[in-house]
Amino acid sequence: MLTAEHITVRFGAHTAVDDVSFTLEEGHWLMLVGPNGAGKSTLLRALAQACPYAGRFTADGRDVKRMKPSERARALGFLAQQHTQQYAYTVAEIVRLGRYAHRKGFLAPADPDEEKHVARALALTGLGPMARTSVLTLSGGEQQRAFLAQVFAQDPRVLVLDEPVNHLDLQYQQRIFGLVKLWLKRPGRAVLSVVHDLSLARRYGTDILLLDGGRKAAGGPMADFVDGDTLRDVYGLDVEAWMRRLLQPWQPAP
Amino acid sequence: MRRVRRAEGYSTAAWLALILVPLAAMTLCVCLGSVSLSVHDTFETIGCLIRGKPAPEGIAAGIIPIRLPRVLRVTLVGAALSLCGAAMQGLLRNPLADGSTMGVSAGASLGAVISLAFGIAIPGLPLAGTMGMAMLFAFGSLMLILSLAYLLDRSLDTHSIILIGVIFSMFASSLMSLVISFSGDRIHSITFWTMGSLASGGYTEVLVLLGALILPGGVLLRLAPELNSFAVGEENAQGLGVPVRRVKLTVLICVSVLIGVCVSIGGTIAFVGLVTPHIARMIVGPNHRRLLPASLSFGAVFLLLTDLLARTVLNPRELNLGVVTSLVGAVLFVIIFYRTGRGARR
Repeated sequence: MLTAEHITVRFGAHTAVDDVSFTLEEGHWLMLVGPNGAGKSTLLRALAQACPYAGRFTADGRDVKRMKPSERARALGFLAQQHTQQYAYTVAEIVRLGRYAHRKGFLAPADPDEEKHVARALALTGLGPMARTSVLTLSGGEQQRAFLAQVFAQDPRVLVLDEPVNHLDLQYQQRIFGLVKLWLKRPGRAVLSVVHDLSLARRYGTDILLLDGGRKAAGGPMADFVDGDTLRDVYGLDVEAWMRRLLQPWQPAP
Repeated sequence: MRRVRRAEGYSTAAWLALILVPLAAMTLCVCLGSVSLSVHDTFETIGCLIRGKPAPEGIAAGIIPIRLPRVLRVTLVGAALSLCGAAMQGLLRNPLADGSTMGVSAGASLGAVISLAFGIAIPGLPLAGTMGMAMLFAFGSLMLILSLAYLLDRSLDTHSIILIGVIFSMFASSLMSLVISFSGDRIHSITFWTMGSLASGGYTEVLVLLGALILPGGVLLRLAPELNSFAVGEENAQGLGVPVRRVKLTVLICVSVLIGVCVSIGGTIAFVGLVTPHIARMIVGPNHRRLLPASLSFGAVFLLLTDLLARTVLNPRELNLGVVTSLVGAVLFVIIFYRTGRGARR
């Protein structure tokens, strides 16, 4: 559904992303992982056409760069890490904005399915009772859920998440990832996400792409991912041993 | 589609109120003044004026031809400046944005003064030279201020834009003084313009203002959904499929045209675009489908009442309209400034 071919992003002399390629199939969830500065978020910014890049992204066989903004929004839906808000929009208004790219007509553009999609997105994220609440009064987790509902209402074919649970408490992390997993169940959909937490990546991802210093260090189906040596090289740490140690205190006493 | 309207737009009753309240304020302002008229006389005289018949004898016949165009100018300028403020505050996600706080009005004034000093005029259209230069300079100042703010910090922080706007205002005013001091015998026409206010002028200005409000103003009203997406976040807007660059450019051009027209006709009237959208937002919320029409209506009423105050409070002396709006606006500016500052630190 989504392919990246030889993507390179340069900021002056610094190469942030260096010749990275990947393919994302329908029904799959590709986890983009790697240490800080590996180029994960930059790769997503390039996909969002927010920075210049060399190479080519294609969605359903079409060059993303050549798509009109509304076409791109129907193909790819982005969810950012954080949303600082200035004005007291209601949750419903935020979600409704998601239908922007689906409006038709020149004189009075409107979207006949707006109400249906907004209601469905609110229900799916459990925000129905908060539809009229101001986003300024929401907690970080609720706000992220409101914007997740917005991107659900946008109804893209590929969902692109940039560390969606980075500063959320555990219960929200679980909730957001659960919602995305549920969303992915419908045919014709796929997810691409940047994740810091390797445990979350392994738990939810079907595929993985490990970046290091802007380059692809490893990639493929999640099941083949247990390669301790590559991880040790990339993170400078025996990741597997560390994860087991972290888990140890939670083991029930024998 | 009807359901969409109901979800975010106004009901018929609310639309009616938004139209009737300014009309009531206009009537009040035509009737009251150094000499007050009865509502009956006023409407009778206006009715005769419209039908082209000679008005009945009396005070009203002498006063209305002067007061009516003034009231119309004040209404339209108030509505236009307020719409500009609301649009810029949405586009830049900055509740402090306004023609005067961002230095756009100062830039437009500079353009107008330059056109007067160097005799830039379009033959046959007496207002067009000043107005065109004012629009051009308004747009130029907006571009300059935004690029400087962007260089300073890429997120276009609320406070840096205002800071640069203030500095640019001072710069433009000193350039204006410089131009005036070198303008030789044209100094009279310039002085006349800088002292000019909405108090003088005829129906030509009214028609120009109306045209500006219908064309660029209409475009701004149609961009309500896009402005909503910008007010939530520019990056978010891009993800939603909003043609970000095109919308931004369109809004800035419309705002420049409106501010250029207003400044060239009425001079700088500070803070109107700051005060009324803020009040409107408190009443109807931040959604631009409701906020923009409310700003038009509230802006008209606000400036009408301010003008009424300016010409009646020290009767028979008249205060400058800009003085009164600045008095109200400056206080409110400080309040909003402190509020957003607290919000940012939270």
